[in-house]
Amino acid sequence: MTEMSYLDGNMLDGPMRELFTVDLSTAMGRCENCGMTGSMASLHVYSHAPGLVARCPSCESVMVRLVRAPDRAWLDMRGVTYLQVPMPMEQTLPEPL
Amino acid sequence: MGIVSPGFSGRPRSQEPALPPGQYLTEDFPVLSAGPTPRVSLDTWEFVISAENGTEYRWSWQELMALPQETPMVDIHCVTHWSKLGTTWQGVSLDTLLDGVDTGAHFALAHSYGGYTTNLPLDDLRGGRAWVAHTFDGAPLPAEHGGPARLLVPHLYFWKSAKWVRGIRLKTMDEPGFWETAGYHDYGDPWREQRYQGD
Amino acid sequence: MATGTPARAPIKWQVARLVERRVETPTAQTLVLEVPDWPGHLPGQHVDVRLTAPDGYQAARSYSVAGPAVDGPDGPRIEVTVQRVPDGEVSPYLIDVFGAGDPVEVRGPLGGWFIWRSEDTAPVQLVAGGSGIVPLMAMIRARRAVGSKVPFRLIYSVRTAQDVIYADELRRRGRDDFGLDVAYVYTREAPDGWRGEPHRVGLADVNTHGWPPDLEPLTYVCGPTGFVEAVADLLVGLGHSSRRIRTERFGPTG
Repeated sequence: MTEMSYLDGNMLDGPMRELFTVDLSTAMGRCENCGMTGSMASLHVYSHAPGLVARCPSCESVMVRLVRAPDRAWLDMRGVTYLQVPMPMEQTLPEPL
Repeated sequence: MGIVSPGFSGRPRSQEPALPPGQYLTEDFPVLSAGPTPRVSLDTWEFVISAENGTEYRWSWQELMALPQETPMVDIHCVTHWSKLGTTWQGVSLDTLLDGVDTGAHFALAHSYGGYTTNLPLDDLRGGRAWVAHTFDGAPLPAEHGGPARLLVPHLYFWKSAKWVRGIRLKTMDEPGFWETAGYHDYGDPWREQRYQGD
Repeated sequence: MATGTPARAPIKWQVARLVERRVETPTAQTLVLEVPDWPGHLPGQHVDVRLTAPDGYQAARSYSVAGPAVDGPDGPRIEVTVQRVPDGEVSPYLIDVFGAGDPVEVRGPLGGWFIWRSEDTAPVQLVAGGSGIVPLMAMIRARRAVGSKVPFRLIYSVRTAQDVIYADELRRRGRDDFGLDVAYVYTREAPDGWRGEPHRVGLADVNTHGWPPDLEPLTYVCGPTGFVEAVADLLVGLGHSSRRIRTERFGPTG
């Protein structure tokens, strides 16, 4: 039970969709600690805790923390170097902003 | 508030004076964890108090067990709303461990095997209110509840009672810990319902 | 809603009402909910259900949607299957108290990862532990609903025969849905006439009833965390790429 007490990153979708319009469970993320890049859905999520803690499946470093109070939410993503989010194809070419 | 579902009451919430506001009573002992359970061998286990001047005070498992033992019977209150009354523990008072530690610090940061941290005012670790506990209900503290040893500071929300405690750093400045950097209250008094920052 | 089309409105709670319930096993029931503004979903997605008490206390849980939405007289209807968790807070209410016409709040669909798309032509293997069958059943039902010929194999681990959710339907589909194979593993007590002893899903089960790795199947594993861990390890050990294995673990909260 003890080592088996985490869930998949899939379950981040509901709580994160309160903050974002994209489904982060389909995004790729890079672990700040070990550099592994993979689907956010594959993170190990510890939910029996005062908040959600999502850890890298490779090195177990904390990648995401989400705490939800009745009227506020705190999101800490310092363990994620970047997110790669799938976007709909657009015709416009990139140009300097 | 959402639409009421007829007949739904949820877990019984406290009307009892013995429970802090917003808490419900539980008879079992829920396991909360923010990461994998560390497995710590008693041969290599140690507890370290680091003073702000760099001095370290260390205890091995045998040395901890050789210190005077206390058996507090306390109520515990988790910020996830459950409370458990009359729990019995055995451990070493922080008064005993801090005795002889030369410090002018006002703050403490407890740290654990596995990387967890939590901050408390140093005063809250004194005065017979805090222990390094290794026995629960007459048996060695199970790993999922923080064994070999956890901090026990029952007058604050239970996230302050760091599981798998490894040491305490004494600090002149308050340094927020794992949950305190993610929205939880720096002090966490259940009777004043200090759950989140600003409560 | 689909992967690759991320721009969506922020998700909102909406009121759903119970239309009917079906008993699946002694401990599981299917609830049919009418959700007027349901936007549609993909097989494998889930929905959050929130209950509110008269004093404002709330409890929410996540449930897999069990099949395609259907049109009712007052809007779309979706099904969820609820497994009773002893001493749970939400599941006993939904099974014992929640009555026809009563409201709950729902939000969804959620989860864009543990889904099956009928455009994907790879063979599919589904491995279910207990009530982990629910999102996999949604895929089996969707496959038939769109007339897909993608071959599916289901390995369904249950404690005893009476714990099989959707038992009659699975028997019928195993016979009638061309290209769907259904195999059971009993962990506690096997039914009469069953060959072999009760056991946990092992190498032989996956070898016999799953697809070989060189077919590069898509695998979906759903169940309690320990079950999912064990099955995923078995599959990787057999040579399946972990990139082709999608998992959904659920915890004991109920």
